[in-house]
Amino acid sequence: MPVLLPFRPQPQPRSLRPGAACCAFLCVSLLLIVSTASAQGGKAALPVMQIIEKWAPLLLTGFGFNILISALAMLLGTIAGLGLGLGLLSELSVVRRGSWVVTQVFRNAPWLVLLFFVMFLVPFQVTLFGLRIPFPDWIKATVGFALPVMANVAEVVRGAVRSVPSTQWEAAESLAFTRHQIMWRIILPQCIKRMLPPWMNIYCIVAMSTVLASIVGVSEMLTLTAQVHAAEGGRPELFAPLYGFALLCFFLYCYPINLWTAHLERRFQIG
Amino acid sequence: MTAAWTADQTIVKCTDVRKSYGTFEVLKGITFSVRKGEVICIIGPSGSGKSTLIRCINALVPITSGTIHVEGIDVTDPRLDKLALRRKVGMVFQQYNLFPHKTALENVMMAPIHVLRQERKAVEERSRALLAKVRLAGKEDSYPGELSGGQQQRVAIARSLAMRPDVMLFDEVTAALDPETVKEVLVTIRELAEEGMTCMLVADHIYFTDHGIIVEHGPPATFFTEARDERTQRFLSQVL
Repeated sequence: MPVLLPFRPQPQPRSLRPGAACCAFLCVSLLLIVSTASAQGGKAALPVMQIIEKWAPLLLTGFGFNILISALAMLLGTIAGLGLGLGLLSELSVVRRGSWVVTQVFRNAPWLVLLFFVMFLVPFQVTLFGLRIPFPDWIKATVGFALPVMANVAEVVRGAVRSVPSTQWEAAESLAFTRHQIMWRIILPQCIKRMLPPWMNIYCIVAMSTVLASIVGVSEMLTLTAQVHAAEGGRPELFAPLYGFALLCFFLYCYPINLWTAHLERRFQIG
Repeated sequence: MTAAWTADQTIVKCTDVRKSYGTFEVLKGITFSVRKGEVICIIGPSGSGKSTLIRCINALVPITSGTIHVEGIDVTDPRLDKLALRRKVGMVFQQYNLFPHKTALENVMMAPIHVLRQERKAVEERSRALLAKVRLAGKEDSYPGELSGGQQQRVAIARSLAMRPDVMLFDEVTAALDPETVKEVLVTIRELAEEGMTCMLVADHIYFTDHGIIVEHGPPATFFTEARDERTQRFLSQVL
């Protein structure tokens, strides 16, 4: 079967590169929004574009919240994932196996299930030494997203460290560096380049997944979109434009990141 | 290239060293010793266990049985302080194995600063001097990827020397180089030997030099029996 043939990357013709596809998609989605608006706009109600304009500040605040949750989840998940990834590479088999189990559990669980677990298992506040630390829903959601990020980052770290030739370890060992020093001073710095593209990929997926938080009641963009829709009387013709706006926001945010990732991948392949 | 044969203390002493990979025995009872200031060269075809032997000496490869002592340190001791051993033994590899994310100077400076915890300024001064010694002055800020094979290998030698080892192990250090650059590396090693550094070299190729040029080279199997150059033949007749 041709699909089983070895993959040979072929240079894409310039015109088919994502740049053109991007513009085409944007035009189509904009047209869609405007056309549904003009076709279905009632006489008494405001035109669709004005409604979006009216609510845009609120919706964009919600979108900012999505970005905040994704960034914090990524930060938490990366720190934890680095630790877990180093656990996967530990010399102690107990640590290695434990880390492997944790990684596999969180990598192979649906994100929404993990989110539900964190939402309902973590209390809304914790009292530590008489100090009350509240855990609002959005913090819990952030932790819920950080868990799969952690597991995926751990795999990225493990793969990158493994890809450094063993001769680097030999050379460093024969200079009397400790294992810890070799990892942090010699191996990991060489890995950053290799880890960056997959790490950015994970980020895009997290950013897009933050809308799942609407299911558990966090007032991020999708929740607000639904509320705006209801506030405008739940008119069915507003459905496509309002959600189209949300889609556009995510697209405009994630697409450049993906472009940049692809660019980095190409550059590192050559370099 | 022979160093003074003074009756000094033994630096490396191997007794009945055996090493097996699974059922395949690579080293079948090796016994020898190296005195301070000596230069020895282990030659033999590839796969004969030369590299394994040299890697056993700084505990990169654990041996199956026998004993190895380096300056009184028992390498086979289960409680061996590998770091203490490796501070005394420098090693240079076939593929240079420089750290690609660091400049030549940083490659040389790293171990003294982080392993020996020496003061940065003094280390930098000494490292620059070492790079000058291996004729790489002016290349301090170059990354390994910007240097030729011969230059990288000389950085690797400087990197090893920066730890002030008592013995230097050279594992087929010229095998990856083209004949033109072999000489610049060999000259560096010879200068080290002349300064009294104890050196162990592993090679599957012999270079015979005379008056600063490579007269003849070849694998050991043919070098001793089929030397063509008159100078090589004269030298061999004297030493064999």
